[in-house]
Amino acid sequence: MPDWSKEIHAAIARLKMDPAREAELVEELSQHLTDRYNELRCNGEDDAGACRLLEAELNDSNLVAELSRLLSTSPETAAPGLDRRERLFAGLGNDLRQSVRLLRLNPGFAALAILSLALGIGANTAIFELIDAVVMRTLPVPSPQQLADIQEIRGTRIGSTVARQEEFSFAIWEQLRQQKKAFSGIAAWSTERFDMGQGGEARYAEGMWVSGSFFQVLQVQPVLGRLIAQSDDYRGCGIRGAVISDAFWQRKFGGRGNVIGSKLSLDGHPFEIIGVTPPSFFGLEVGRSFDVALPLCTEPAIHREGAWTAHSTTWWLAAIGRLNQGWTFKRASAELAAIAPGIYSATLPAEYDAAARKDYLRYSLTAQPAATGDSPLRKQYADPLWMLLSISGLVLLIACANLANLMLARASARQREMALRLTLGASRLRLIRQLLAESLLLALSGATIGIALAQVLGSLLTAYIGNVTDPIFLPLYPDLRVLSFTFGVALLTCVLFGVAPAVQAANADPGTVMKTAGRGLTAGRQRFLLRRGLIVSQVALSLVLLVAALLFVQTFRNLLALDAGFRQENVLVADFDFSALNVPAANRLEYKRELLQKVKNIPGVISASETSIVPLSGDGWNEFIDIPSASISRKLVYFDAASEGYFQTLQTPMLAGRDFSENDTPASPPVAIVNQQFARSLLGQANPIGMTFGVKQPGGKPEKLYRIVGLVGNTKYRDLREDLTPIIFVAEYQIADPGTDSTFLIRSNEAPSALIASLKDATAKSSPAVVLNFSVLRTSILERLTRERLMATLSGFYGILAAVLAIVGIYGIISYMVVRRRNEIGVRIALGADKVNILGMILGEAVVLLVIGLVAGTGLAAAAGNAARAMLFGLAPFDPLTLALAAGGLTIIAVAASTIPAVRAVAVDPMQVLREE
Amino acid sequence: MRVKLFNRELKKGSAELLILSLIEHRPRHGYEISKLIEQRSEGALKFNVASFYPLLYRLEKRGFISGRWVEKAGQRRRRYYQLTAQGKTVLKEQRSSWAEFVNAIDRITGGEHA
Repeated sequence: MPDWSKEIHAAIARLKMDPAREAELVEELSQHLTDRYNELRCNGEDDAGACRLLEAELNDSNLVAELSRLLSTSPETAAPGLDRRERLFAGLGNDLRQSVRLLRLNPGFAALAILSLALGIGANTAIFELIDAVVMRTLPVPSPQQLADIQEIRGTRIGSTVARQEEFSFAIWEQLRQQKKAFSGIAAWSTERFDMGQGGEARYAEGMWVSGSFFQVLQVQPVLGRLIAQSDDYRGCGIRGAVISDAFWQRKFGGRGNVIGSKLSLDGHPFEIIGVTPPSFFGLEVGRSFDVALPLCTEPAIHREGAWTAHSTTWWLAAIGRLNQGWTFKRASAELAAIAPGIYSATLPAEYDAAARKDYLRYSLTAQPAATGDSPLRKQYADPLWMLLSISGLVLLIACANLANLMLARASARQREMALRLTLGASRLRLIRQLLAESLLLALSGATIGIALAQVLGSLLTAYIGNVTDPIFLPLYPDLRVLSFTFGVALLTCVLFGVAPAVQAANADPGTVMKTAGRGLTAGRQRFLLRRGLIVSQVALSLVLLVAALLFVQTFRNLLALDAGFRQENVLVADFDFSALNVPAANRLEYKRELLQKVKNIPGVISASETSIVPLSGDGWNEFIDIPSASISRKLVYFDAASEGYFQTLQTPMLAGRDFSENDTPASPPVAIVNQQFARSLLGQANPIGMTFGVKQPGGKPEKLYRIVGLVGNTKYRDLREDLTPIIFVAEYQIADPGTDSTFLIRSNEAPSALIASLKDATAKSSPAVVLNFSVLRTSILERLTRERLMATLSGFYGILAAVLAIVGIYGIISYMVVRRRNEIGVRIALGADKVNILGMILGEAVVLLVIGLVAGTGLAAAAGNAARAMLFGLAPFDPLTLALAAGGLTIIAVAASTIPAVRAVAVDPMQVLREE
Repeated sequence: MRVKLFNRELKKGSAELLILSLIEHRPRHGYEISKLIEQRSEGALKFNVASFYPLLYRLEKRGFISGRWVEKAGQRRRRYYQLTAQGKTVLKEQRSSWAEFVNAIDRITGGEHA
């Protein structure tokens, strides 16, 4: 008896198996060969012959090859019906290649699918990019997480705000800058526009006021020259150097290397350029950028007698600090709260009365994270952007439902192929994976094109939000967060529209599919259920989007149509800055009157007046007043100053008394005109003419008494959405210390461009050094409605898109059901059913789906309306009329879309159907 | 007796079904399984050691069968194989699919009806 173990061992030695395993294998194979030898010998084979046969078997190269494969991988043989274990991603490359082939065979379907995904994903990505830029992105400075915004915790603010930043006065800043415990450095900053021209229409540069520590705290390094340092910022520094941004350097100086030392005129003063900031640095305001930065100490030299640094009640600075190592925001806030009483008592404004002082001394300080910078844009647009992201997400869901229906149809057409593959040994997981590969390919293609589309859409959105007078600077690019979002959305859409059809196709019973011809109802019932479910969800989501669109459109329409109390059209706002003329203070009122008269004399001007606060500009001025006769003390009321003709220019009705006149001078008793809301809410009577009120004066001077000489209709003051508020108008030309600028409201039927040209000509001839700036009142007001316009436009667009997608879906499924039930319809007609019955049967299907979808959508629409409550105006979040309008519209177009396949069903020839049976 | 030699791929594909069904009711060792296949197919299906044992080990690796050494009195120890619970499920599925496959082939390759 030969010993086979040695031969076996020799044959498999090169496999280098585990010794124990090898021993077992040798033992087992050895026994088999021994049994075979005995069998061969019993069958008459001689020893040599038997050994030869068995050696040949043993030395079959397949043995080692098969064992080698077994040890390293687990290759599969094609066993019929074998449901094999699959490694999850094995063969994924083949699946993707196969998917590419299949999609190339169906270019129409592929194009439609990829395009709808690209639009859906692109729209979502564009809005997410905006959210990323406005809300999430940190400042492009080292360690932004260490930056803290120092904020005031306060009651009512008394004084004036002159910049976008309005946290601190200069006096408070001088106290703050001395604090070194919590912060390794603190800086102050503010913003202002500077005129680069020398008279005539202004050419503005966006400016930043910065303390000497600003660039050091932010750890910004110059790309050219140097940046403003502590040594540049000292009291009385006068006109010093200016730092410019990289964008300004490129735009104005062509990026030339010898810009350091060049002169730049700002508000008529020559500044020497000392440095350029890096391209990534845009300041601290997200959504804006700056052109020039000047040290704080220069401010008095520019504003002179109106210097902000000199007034303890001018709030114009923001402060930012870099936390010391080991300090948290909570700890820093506690430290600031501890030192706040000292700071406020050291900076108490002298002109405050007792109540104001008590209030001021209760103010405190806190430190909040500032990694994402400051942003009025964020406050205004964060909520609308999240709402828009939700809306575009819903549209993508609807598009996915449509795609899912398309994929179901394709899977249905490939049933036999799937059944045969299952029978021949493919596992269900493998089939699902192959179908999902197709969905993944579509989703990734859509996402790739979507990212490109998103850049275009993002730029359009940014341009839409900004405007000429208030441009937005918001660099949009697909950073890691945006890319993760996009591809996450792509994977989600793949799952949403790919999984159900793939699982359904792979779960088909091969035997049943092979037996049936795919006709009749029974085979497709489950698939119909899924498709019906998809249609119902599409209808529900479309209703939500249509309702949202109608709510936002109505909000915008309500705001546009709102009576602001004055006529907005045909009014030009013209700012005249005559500081360059050095008109003595005593002569300024006279100069202003003459200037107004010149404006009135320009041909085409119907009326003109001067004002301190342009209505709905966002500017404000308030004071505490006392009305002894009405027992009112220290009531905070909004103020404005206006010349004669103001109410005539704005066409605000004069209800009682008189307008201001030439006789209202600084020497005559102070007079005021009040609005209806003032009379009703404070005086409790319709006619306040002759009544008086007092306004506290600074520096301990006696209260200034005003007599009410006129009553006008209510007007909106700062914002269209605000409630009506009491307003006091004082005479512009009774103001004792007029400034060196005048703002005129000019009503004319001339086109604004023509009027502006006339104004410029008139001023150029007499006072070429006067700086002019123009805006159209109605345009400015509309620009403040940009947010509402954005919501109305985009939600309207998405609502229509959603409705179109839902209608395409309904049309698709009704058509599909008509095709599948063609035989049944033919048989029914043959058995006597009339066309109306058939039509009713088909349309009935559509109506049932529609009704279920509308009912489901109503609840969702109510929830969505509630979520958007704060953004609506003039209507309730759940408005039955709006809902009825949306549902009615959806019903009409759904029935219309279903009629086409229903008419096709009625046209079925029963004889042809029966022949085919 | 005329022996029909089946296509190699077909034989390879059905071998696992054969092995699983032969150990459905009782454990058997490798030689016994290969002999039974040969006998019950009347010689039509034969596996040599080089092709048979890799099949067996593959089924074991996938968890459809489990092997253990058994020592009986007076005999060398042998490795016996039996179906696992998973193997029983797989066998049931394979039997059903194989029957359907055969029917489908029959329908396609069968004669036309009058």
